Amino acid sequence: MGKLIVHNDKIADKHEFAKKCPFSAMEVGADGNLTINSACKMCRVCVRASKNGEVEFVEDENKVLLDKSLWKGICVYVDHVEGKIHPVTYELIGKAKELADKISQPVYALFIGCGITEEAKELLHYPVDEVIVYDMPELKDFRVEPYTAVFEAFVKERRPGSILVGATTVGRQLAPRIAARMKTGLTADCTVLDMEPNSDLSQIRPAFGGNIMANIYTPNHRPQMATVRYKIMEAAKRSEETHGKLTEKKLPADKLKSGIEILAVEKKPKVKMIEQADIIVAVGRGLKRKEDLDLIQKFADSIGAELAGTRPLVEAGWIDGKRQIGLSGRTVRPKLIVCLGISGSVQFAAGMNGADNIIAVNTDPEAPIFNIAHIAVVGDLYEILPALTDMIKNGKAAN
Amino acid sequence: MNILVCIKQVPASNKVEVDPVTGVMKRDGAASKMNPYDLFALESAFRVREKLGGKVTVLTMGPNQAAGVIREAYAMGADEGYVLSDRKFAGADVLATAYTISQGIKKIGTFDIIFCGKQTTDGDTAQVGPEVSERLNLPSIANVFEIDDVEAGSITVKMDMGDSIQTAKIKFPCLICVDKDIYTPRLPSYKRAKATAEQEVTILSFQDFEDQDEKHYGLSGSPTQVKKVFPPAGRADAERLTGSSGELTARLYDKLKELKFI
Repeated sequence: MGKLIVHNDKIADKHEFAKKCPFSAMEVGADGNLTINSACKMCRVCVRASKNGEVEFVEDENKVLLDKSLWKGICVYVDHVEGKIHPVTYELIGKAKELADKISQPVYALFIGCGITEEAKELLHYPVDEVIVYDMPELKDFRVEPYTAVFEAFVKERRPGSILVGATTVGRQLAPRIAARMKTGLTADCTVLDMEPNSDLSQIRPAFGGNIMANIYTPNHRPQMATVRYKIMEAAKRSEETHGKLTEKKLPADKLKSGIEILAVEKKPKVKMIEQADIIVAVGRGLKRKEDLDLIQKFADSIGAELAGTRPLVEAGWIDGKRQIGLSGRTVRPKLIVCLGISGSVQFAAGMNGADNIIAVNTDPEAPIFNIAHIAVVGDLYEILPALTDMIKNGKAAN
Repeated sequence: MNILVCIKQVPASNKVEVDPVTGVMKRDGAASKMNPYDLFALESAFRVREKLGGKVTVLTMGPNQAAGVIREAYAMGADEGYVLSDRKFAGADVLATAYTISQGIKKIGTFDIIFCGKQTTDGDTAQVGPEVSERLNLPSIANVFEIDDVEAGSITVKMDMGDSIQTAKIKFPCLICVDKDIYTPRLPSYKRAKATAEQEVTILSFQDFEDQDEKHYGLSGSPTQVKKVFPPAGRADAERLTGSSGELTARLYDKLKELKFI
């Protein structure tokens, strides 16, 4: 770590230099001096722009370096509700195994709940070295304090170098609690993970709310923590034989106190989710009026697709929030996604990049969506879709 | 009832680009707005105040200009507001941000309920709220889409668990992250904006905090490091179709057929 030092004596035009900051974090004060305010993201663009040493980055002195060899193994948190394992768990195990093999370290699966020991045996059919189970009545429903207490006990005992957690309702509450308790880093919604030979986890995610990816490290803290959304990673394959071992653990009940009382758990009525669809037709701001959704729906129906959309359309109330694709919506991995009038922000792309086939139709030849599309169609959806829908209908009728 | 709402000022536009050659970030304009998810947290706080009485305090962290979102909250009905601002907070990741906010909250007072929005539109992590609750040692619940009941000492809420719904009763003090659409947020009132134009926005900085160790704040207190930023990679095997709309329609039809989707 370190800090930025501004050498005001070396800056000729302070107002001009302040413009170099993409986050408007440099300001000229009443005393005429340039300072950096708390909007700074430490991107160090100002340091790179300093031709004459105007802004300097200084490392902290006396930094105590961590002994990384004391932290070994990659832990996957087994995400579940009432013992039913969420499929993101198998995707994380697949990734954890790949990362662990690079540094010859074990994969742990941590399973916290009540009446889950039988279900835990299923995990032994996947590439894990050890499944650690905390099966206690106090852990029946997810309540953040007892689950955090168990997680903390596990981390302090096993000292895993990295922890992967699914970005589910539970994971998104539990992972930050653990990270804050262990005073370590947590990177949300990673789309790419890799392992360095020194056991540093390379994490990539869309960042700064723009069309940018950031590569993030936790170089001097352990455990390194990351959340990953469902359908981002490839699931591990189940094998017939089992491997690894199952270890049962307990924690004294007085460590599992909570200010939360669960009054009821009810199943939601089953609705068709876009996550399960094989074919998706997604629409963005290229759509001019809400009424034109009819055109999109007809095309979607002609190829048996589910309708989805981008955040602006959800915010405008044109489509339901459950049909939103992207970082603040759902992640999908269909066989085909047709993107209509979608510019393709990183936020959106993060939610559909894993699709087998991406077709994009956009009038703007420079639209970022064309960077990720397999088939880029530079054209107007209003001119193409009605004719295409008719062709598909007639083609089908002719067969 | 003492209620706190954590809010944030975010860029009005999401347009940030990286020059692929120089790696320098470009951002258009410095215009900013209140994080849209925070409007729902504010509305939840006002509803609780309407039922049980009390005070709604708002808090943000950012440069001094972030006082703008506090004023906006005043115009919606907030009673008191604070900005945590210091260049020592610069470069804070989730851990350091949550710690700074928790230090600010300790300085301001004690609260029965702390409301946060689901996430911000610039950071998009949804992690700061839960980390604040850990630093303050409070029970917390996120993904709250309904408040069933609130009485002296506890609040009963519904949490969206994906396939199921959990109804939970939480004792005060507690922290709650609400989902978008829990209530329709009220609009800022012009009358109230005028009436509160002179109302103070308190700025708190590092020197006001209990923990005076600089290493716990900003970049120094941040375990994560952004090693580099880069534009997303393009696809090498992409095929680009251009031509008249009629040609494009025919070729798209052939493609869909070739891929066996029709």
